[in-house]
Amino acid sequence: MATDVSNKFDVIVVGAGLAGLAAAHTCAQAGLETIVIERGTKPGTKNVMGGVLYTRPTAKVFPEFWKDAPVERPVIEQGAWLLTSDSAIKLAYRSQRFADDPPNAFTVLRVKLDKYFADQAEKSGALVICETLVEEVLTDGDNVIGVRCGRAEGDLYAPVVIIAEGVNSELTRQLGMQTDLKLDDTASVVKELIRLDPKVIEDRFNLSGEHEGTTIEMYGDATLGMLGTAFVYTNKDSISLGVGFLLSQAVEAAQTPYDMLQRLKQHSMVAPLIEGGETGEYMTHMIPEGGYNRMPQLFGHGVMVVGDAAMLVNGIHREGSNYALLSGQLAAETAIEAHENGDFSGKTLSHYRARLLDETPILRDLRKYRNAAHYVESHPALLSTYPDLVSDAMYEMLNVDDVPKRQKQWEIVRMVLRARSLVGMAWDGIDGARSML
Amino acid sequence: MNTAVCIKQVPDTTEVRIDPETNALVREGVPSIVNPFDAHATEEAVRLKERYGGTVTIISMGPPQATEAIKKCISFGADRGILLSDRAFAGSDTWATSYIIAAGLKRLMSEQPVDLILCGKQAIDGDTAQVGPGLARRLNLPQITYAISIEEVNLDARRVKVGRRLETGVEVVEAPLPALLTCVEEMNEIRYASLPNMIRAARYEPEVWGRDDLEVEDELLGFNGSPTVVSKIFAPPEREPGEIIPGGTEDPTGVAAVIADKLIEALGATASV
Ligand SMILES: Cc1cc2nc3c(=O)[nH]c(=O)nc-3n(C[C@H](O)[C@H](O)[C@H](O)COP(=O)(O)OP(=O)(O)OC[C@H]3O[C@@H](n4cnc5c(N)ncnc54)[C@H](O)[C@@H]3O)c2cc1C
Repeated sequence: MATDVSNKFDVIVVGAGLAGLAAAHTCAQAGLETIVIERGTKPGTKNVMGGVLYTRPTAKVFPEFWKDAPVERPVIEQGAWLLTSDSAIKLAYRSQRFADDPPNAFTVLRVKLDKYFADQAEKSGALVICETLVEEVLTDGDNVIGVRCGRAEGDLYAPVVIIAEGVNSELTRQLGMQTDLKLDDTASVVKELIRLDPKVIEDRFNLSGEHEGTTIEMYGDATLGMLGTAFVYTNKDSISLGVGFLLSQAVEAAQTPYDMLQRLKQHSMVAPLIEGGETGEYMTHMIPEGGYNRMPQLFGHGVMVVGDAAMLVNGIHREGSNYALLSGQLAAETAIEAHENGDFSGKTLSHYRARLLDETPILRDLRKYRNAAHYVESHPALLSTYPDLVSDAMYEMLNVDDVPKRQKQWEIVRMVLRARSLVGMAWDGIDGARSML
Repeated sequence: MNTAVCIKQVPDTTEVRIDPETNALVREGVPSIVNPFDAHATEEAVRLKERYGGTVTIISMGPPQATEAIKKCISFGADRGILLSDRAFAGSDTWATSYIIAAGLKRLMSEQPVDLILCGKQAIDGDTAQVGPGLARRLNLPQITYAISIEEVNLDARRVKVGRRLETGVEVVEAPLPALLTCVEEMNEIRYASLPNMIRAARYEPEVWGRDDLEVEDELLGFNGSPTVVSKIFAPPEREPGEIIPGGTEDPTGVAAVIADKLIEALGATASV
């Protein structure tokens, strides 16, 4: 049956996440016969993000998307909270400049967003096939020549295959482009959607309407001092609440992600924000944390790897969606170039890596932070001792009693030194500077 | 052997809630699917095509987004899909719906011969089971409801032999072609679509026929053409749980005696009424 359907395409994209859809959209716009294979029932159903989507990188792939894409709220305020068990040191930056047209970033929900980007890719002529798993890559010698899908008559052929499988990519391992992931190559994140009336959200977060949103990242007690963060983002009529940490540390602390989230919801700083909300979906997902040191090979003969599958995530700055979109686009541009020259060898496809390096800050940023996560991990005081110290110091300063201020200051200094020696603190600082600069 | 299959896009009732205040289905945010009985009817039509050759045409009435459901049926192996869609059709009850779909089928039959029309037994969002029989009546075709198997199609003698699922067993009946069948889900198992069929479906754009493409009279369409009045909607009361008498494995005789007493008591109660 259906012998009229050809199984040959110009480009095959595996995965309809942000990276895959950006790649497919760009290829199809250039007139390449493009097919995207996605295992979920619809694009986005398998995908989780906090999430904050950055406008400028996204607009490079989908110009003026904010005019009709299903985004939630423009982010005009970003906060960082350092939590102890009963206190919080809060820092926030709010600027009306973030509300400019277009705003700097939006909160988003992936189920809606991915569907929209998939529609755009389809409008450009890409075929998006869902509910279909790519089981393996087809090769001929060193060349990737297609993929095998988990359906009858499931082989597809193309001179270029773009792997956009997201975190924990099977196919790059099958091709020997990536070694098996280790526990500390990924963070585990759980997220809950808590439905609330928009007015309640606006009151609680000091927002003047649907055109304003806020994000808060939480450290310290939010993750029991483990390397990770918790977050609260405002959507139109819901709040995204999540917590994530390195798998290796979660194993050590014998904490399930679910326990952590329940604990966070009861924290005295968080509970009032979500009070009265109705719990919607509960999702778990992984984030690649291996960074520059654990990037797979990015290209081979007839194949390129993009987005989370390529470990292109900057955990410290919560950037992943933008890397996914841009890497997808650059791989597509390289595929277009390869089709123009009729050369699909690693030599041509290496231009993808060159573009990532020259045309985006992605590789340079990842290289800069290559040891940052390791730094925090190997300096446990950062997320446990220091928050308590600062909190105690703030408490001493602000608590009005009959102790003179001068004496208070000395007490604080003594308290700090008891907790961590001057030398210890100096090393924490020097190492930190080294890892980030 | 050409088959037409009538399908409906419905909310996935496994994910539907009932609004406790209005007793209406909460459809917001609920994914849409092909009515399961109709999906089995489509599968059966594709199997007939494999057995006897010919084509499978899908026909559906619904809003523009129902093209999704038609494309799904194309991925099952159907050849052609037609959506009957027009503002004038909105608000139709089963009476008006069967009128509109009958008009669609008449137009299809004027373009090509149709030997068999398959419908699902009923739609899971309304459970009326009225549209199939309504179509048969309006098209003046023999109808066979609760079809569980198509034993044989004899294209020379122009007859079809069909098994019907009854409460007591299966009844095998024959009818002249063209005939209309409403299908139950035990009729077949839906196969996982092949990749070429998925690709064909992704590329396929169903035809859309509106009011002006059909021979219909305006006062018989939509709200105006719908005599049904919904007087009350209520959620069925939850069934009372049965009683479980434990200890059957350890003490079968004792438990049997308890059950016997209870039965006698219950029977005695009814007998005395
Ligand atoms: C909880 C959480 C919060 C985050 N918050 C932010 C944030 O605020 N801002 C930000 O910029 N980034 C954030 N990120 C990171 C961001 O979500 C990712 O970097 C981004 O989604 C990567 O896109 P991708 O296309 O590479 O992968 P994905 O979006 O994961 O897409 C991969 C797709 O491939 C499909 N797939 C995989 N394997 C196969 C196969 N073999 N066959 C067929 N299909 C397959 C999957 O089903 C999936 O649809 C967050 C991540 C998480 C988990």
